[in-house]
Amino acid sequence: MDWAFMSETLLALLQGVPLTLNLAGLSVALGGVLALGLALMRLSGWPPLDYFARAYLAVFRGTPLLVQIFLIYYGLGQFPAVRASWAWAFLREPYWCAILALTLNTAAYASEIFRGGILSVPHGQIEAAMASGMSPMMRLRRIILPLAVRQALPGYGNELILMIKATSLASIITMMEITGIAAKLISETFRAIEIFIIAGAIYLVINFVITRIVHALEYWLTPHLRPATSAAGAAA
Amino acid sequence: MGFGPRGWGMAMLAGAAMTIAVASCGFLLGACVGVLGAWAKISGGPVLRTMADGYTTILRGVPDLLVIYLFYFGAGAVLTPIGRLFGASGFISLPGFAAGALAIGVVSGAYHTEVFRGAFRAVSRGEIEAAIASGMSPSLMLRRIIGPLTLRHAVPGLGNVWQLTLKESALVSVTGLVELLRQSQIGAGSTRQPFYFFVTAGALYLLITAISGQGFRLAEQRFSRGVRRA
Repeated sequence: MDWAFMSETLLALLQGVPLTLNLAGLSVALGGVLALGLALMRLSGWPPLDYFARAYLAVFRGTPLLVQIFLIYYGLGQFPAVRASWAWAFLREPYWCAILALTLNTAAYASEIFRGGILSVPHGQIEAAMASGMSPMMRLRRIILPLAVRQALPGYGNELILMIKATSLASIITMMEITGIAAKLISETFRAIEIFIIAGAIYLVINFVITRIVHALEYWLTPHLRPATSAAGAAA
Repeated sequence: MGFGPRGWGMAMLAGAAMTIAVASCGFLLGACVGVLGAWAKISGGPVLRTMADGYTTILRGVPDLLVIYLFYFGAGAVLTPIGRLFGASGFISLPGFAAGALAIGVVSGAYHTEVFRGAFRAVSRGEIEAAIASGMSPSLMLRRIIGPLTLRHAVPGLGNVWQLTLKESALVSVTGLVELLRQSQIGAGSTRQPFYFFVTAGALYLLITAISGQGFRLAEQRFSRGVRRA
């Protein structure tokens, strides 16, 4: 094993980590908001909203992410109207196209996770909130969402890992994140195996850290499932 | 778009056929890997089990695109010296189809492993005990009892893996294989109508997932004959 080459590669690939995290973080944040909206549309019981959300889900979950990225990056620029509009300042940048595609994509998957979480809130708790005179908004804010988040967290952890992996597709539209740098190094050196080992290890470390954080959050949000602590511990 | 001598319709359909071909090869390869992986996890020794655990952890934690690059370029790193031994000169690589199908197979194998492992756990112990008690040999038991019952529980999970595999096959376009997405890139480049080509590609992917989803529903019905639903 060529250690000098390996450490050189590691340093080169680490420079892609901030962009990978940036793409994943921003699109998860924006996608989360959109996902909540879609989940509420699905649950609204009003057919037009429900069908819109269903169609959105079918399209974004049924087509490959790369097609969505190409459609946004290459496809939208076909229309002079788009090129003349304010949006063109964003859509001509590969970064914003990648963010837009990743956001729209994760929103579809996350909304189903959120919907499952919201549906899992026990009806008795909602009734109790109604009985104590909470308005629908306050019920959502104080009872339904906190309980739903707790239920949805394990599934959402999976989605976070999928998003970290999905950012690799941004390399195809010239973004130099981890996979982009790896592809460039491979085409220069043809040492695919060594570069794969290092790039793969970086992704595994990132994903491992994310699973740990999600576990810690889950632990923090489920005090009622922990074994009872001693009186001294409870007092502290 | 459109058919006829100046239309791209036939080319797009041929691309869709190639997508189905590469995804199916990858899926079947992955199913074989998955059966072996599940077997290693369920009844392998500590060494086999650790290997299978490592395999599923790594392949599910690393981007698929990276795996495709590994097979496309890595195969070259292995094959070129072998070719030189036999007097060939220059860079030898796997054809895009083989590299893509192998990469997809190895990735989907990790998902298959977990699906089969979970499905096997859902087979009730009593059925296996009954098979042992009636003197079935392990291979007969696998064929008549464990195989069909595991498959019954595995079908919904396999449907998910198939959807993933199909979408992953779009990444094989980076190897230059002319499947659906690559074909739309070619069409988009030469007609300067990228929007229509990528929308068509998306619609064809939706059509394929819709039809295959229906197929999995039928399979589920067939494998669940004689099961009482709550």
